[in-house]
Amino acid sequence: MNSLNNLSKSKLHGLWALTNRELKKWYKAPVVFILTIIQPVLWMGLLGKAMNISAIFTASTIQPPQVTPPLTQQQLMQLSQYFQGLQSQIMLGAFNTTDYFSFMAVGMIAFTALFTTMFSGMSVVWDRRLGFLNKVLSTPVSRSVIILSKVLSATLRSMFQAGIIILVAVAFGLKFGPNFTPLNFLGVFGIIFLICMGLSSLFIAINIRSTRIETPMAVMNLINLPLMFASNAFFPTNLMPTWLQAIANVNPLTYTTDAVRQLLIFNTDYAKFAFDFAYVGIFAAVLTVIGIVLSWSYLSR
Amino acid sequence: MSEDVITAEGLTKVFNGNLVAVDHVSFSVKQGEIFGFLGPNGAGKTTTINMLITVLKPTEGRALILGHDIVKEANAVRYNIGVVPQEYTADEDLTGLENILLCADLYGIPRETAKKRAEDLLELVELTKFKDKKVETYSGGMRRRLELACGLINRPRVLFLDEPTLGLDVQTRAATWNYIRTLKKEFGMTLFMTTHYLEEADSLCDRISIIDHGKIIVTGPPEDLKNGLGGDIITLSIKKDVDITSLIEKIEHVKEVKKTNNMYTIKSENGEVAAPLIIEALRKEGHVVTKLSLSKPTLNEVYMNYTGRSIRDAEESRESVRSQMITMRRARR
Repeated sequence: MNSLNNLSKSKLHGLWALTNRELKKWYKAPVVFILTIIQPVLWMGLLGKAMNISAIFTASTIQPPQVTPPLTQQQLMQLSQYFQGLQSQIMLGAFNTTDYFSFMAVGMIAFTALFTTMFSGMSVVWDRRLGFLNKVLSTPVSRSVIILSKVLSATLRSMFQAGIIILVAVAFGLKFGPNFTPLNFLGVFGIIFLICMGLSSLFIAINIRSTRIETPMAVMNLINLPLMFASNAFFPTNLMPTWLQAIANVNPLTYTTDAVRQLLIFNTDYAKFAFDFAYVGIFAAVLTVIGIVLSWSYLSR
Repeated sequence: MSEDVITAEGLTKVFNGNLVAVDHVSFSVKQGEIFGFLGPNGAGKTTTINMLITVLKPTEGRALILGHDIVKEANAVRYNIGVVPQEYTADEDLTGLENILLCADLYGIPRETAKKRAEDLLELVELTKFKDKKVETYSGGMRRRLELACGLINRPRVLFLDEPTLGLDVQTRAATWNYIRTLKKEFGMTLFMTTHYLEEADSLCDRISIIDHGKIIVTGPPEDLKNGLGGDIITLSIKKDVDITSLIEKIEHVKEVKKTNNMYTIKSENGEVAAPLIIEALRKEGHVVTKLSLSKPTLNEVYMNYTGRSIRDAEESRESVRSQMITMRRARR
């Protein structure tokens, strides 16, 4: 009937079309779009500013001991300075930075990546239930492309949100590290790209066989909180009990957050950063491959 | 002799090792005909179509579409078929045109070609005016037409339609049938469709297979299947309570008489001619006919004849009912 049907196409055709479909659903729905911007702002405002850990150690919260004879004004000043120095030392020792807000704001990036990719993972179930998946399966789009488009759209969304978080964090008073340069943002988005690839592959793999939304929801809720709190997103791992440290030390979110902190707020340790990057990179590669392999076997039953 | 566009031999699908959805189904569809699968929900129609459109892999048996094996040459099949699924798959957040272009991208059709085709298809299904409106504003009939347009974007030689008028009102349904007939008439397209609407199979399909519990029970043109039952059915009752079976049997054009309670069910090849003859003959014998009705056999009678139950009473699977509920809810907005 026409010659076009017989043309051989690139293996990846349809990838951008399917990715863009997901993205359009997001940026063309103003309410959803605005909410995805507001959400991280709210979280950061609430968590970061409410849990002002460094304030615990300020001089005003510490009453100087009552001694006789009473301390002179000069002695009080010295004491206050001493406590302030102590505060910085404690904060530096525990959090590697004097500002808890900066510490937490970066943790927020991993948090957002986790939730955005989780919700994107569920769209596979909807596509199946509403018949869209079968429709796509009857077209010559490669099965891997169907999964990759989901992964890619979740990744792009998360990267956008991460950008918003960094902007808001700077506006709220994020303190950059001593050797920060704007070039570091490249590394930040690089690592966010990797973690989102890995996480959305994971969540899609959980959802790929489901025809109901309830089961994967339960599974994801179960793994989400441990992933979140058994990581260094809100609290440094070296202050955790050892059993929790063991989990946190294999958790890819820990390495993601550390990498971003190295680049943005810490006195950058490039060796550590390189290790973080490699770890998350391997995590992303392994899970993406698993996702694609699952898509071959489960999409065409 | 026309070439067979679809041939299926012993096509079987078993789910989870024990649920036989489609059981050794064999049939062939000729170039340019509308072939229908008629059966109740859960009979295996959608599973069959999903195997033919390469979404499901058959457990056993094989099928060729335009000479391509649906498993070994799945991609060749995919390029040459169009699919209009039972569900409304168009994205509600996107416009009609965007949805068609998305379908085009799935076939790797270059954007310029796709735009031209989309314009033509929107014209064909009379949606040009609404192409830039979001699909969420469309009515059920408009959505059906949009699905149809999406299914045609790759200029398929065979179009698969799964329950094409599910949930539509009578008028919209008739309009949809006209679009389908146009495809056959003007483009010489071969169409394979499933339906559980008897009238739809009757008025639209050139040939049908009646399917029940995953098996084809009979295949043929609807007219032949209905005639195969032995013609029209006359039911009558008389005033007196006497058995007049033997009297009726002697009348011309009468093939078979059955008496249940006080009702006589008479089969006749030509009911319109037989009915007055029966009334006349009975009056001569002094019997008064109190009620008489004449009905042409429908496919429901054909179905009942083979399965012993009405197609409307047939069991339905939970999964397919749920999916149909979603479709119907969306159709009726």
